[in-house]
Amino acid sequence: MNSGLNFIYGHLPYWLFIILMLSGLFIVVSRGNLIKKIVGLNIFQTSVFMFYISIGKMKGGTAPILLDKSANNSAVIYSNPLPHVLILTAIVVGIATTALGLALIIKIREEYETVEEDDIQKLDQNDLEKYNKKNVMETNS
Amino acid sequence: MVLVTIAIMALTLKHLFAVIMLSGAFSLVSAMLFVVMDAVDVAFTEAAVGAGVSTVLMLATMALTVRVQKETKRPIILPLVVVCLVGVLLIYGTLDMPNFGAFDSPAQLHLGSTYLSITYKDMGIPNVVTGILASYRGYDTLGETVVVLTAGLGVILLLSGLKGRKDKE
Repeated sequence: MNSGLNFIYGHLPYWLFIILMLSGLFIVVSRGNLIKKIVGLNIFQTSVFMFYISIGKMKGGTAPILLDKSANNSAVIYSNPLPHVLILTAIVVGIATTALGLALIIKIREEYETVEEDDIQKLDQNDLEKYNKKNVMETNS
Repeated sequence: MVLVTIAIMALTLKHLFAVIMLSGAFSLVSAMLFVVMDAVDVAFTEAAVGAGVSTVLMLATMALTVRVQKETKRPIILPLVVVCLVGVLLIYGTLDMPNFGAFDSPAQLHLGSTYLSITYKDMGIPNVVTGILASYRGYDTLGETVVVLTAGLGVILLLSGLKGRKDKE
């Protein structure tokens, strides 16, 4: 019984991060507004970062900045620095992709006059029908 | 808990300004969470980049486009099913993982402690994260700056091409 409780307690952080990630994913899939999709993508991304950082966490550990410079003493527990390094890179790459996505949204708005996915699809459908009609007329004549 | 609330509010709100502000708040709270989990460098970056730069960029985009989101008429069941399926799979995946903060997890046993002991000898920098980022993974960081450069170029090209296209039409 105690070990089961321990298991749930030890895995609860992971599950919370997964729920956060899923809410981000749900925003991306279900909402039509492109800016909102980017916000959802950001939430998704940040929760993945949290998950990675949580893997490197050690109970009772401290930030991986050495307190005693002369020798590595075993008295102080440091959390694992490798996930931190990885996520630092990922955050910067994430902002780069966000910026590019937002620029694409501005461009889409210029072309279609809307940032709603449904409207864009409707406009595309209209264009396609017009184009097909034109082709049919040309082949007939 | 706060984070989950913010995410759900971002899902339901219609005004994009509020949604973007919530996204900034989300980043800030997650930065605090990073501090709690001993990742101070990551918290710095998240607060500066996530809560600062990306909020500003999104606000600029909103100012150039629209303020209010339209109601989506799509069915909600399919996304919900997909999301639940992914969630079940992910939670099934975590069942094999070690407990949060465990000492004997595979992630802690091998490279982490090695880097903790050799970084100061090699670099003379007490901050291990900075040491690894700038030296052992220096090429990777260089590649990261190339990514940022490419993204910047892409943004500039996309936004500068706007006028020409309009004139042609």
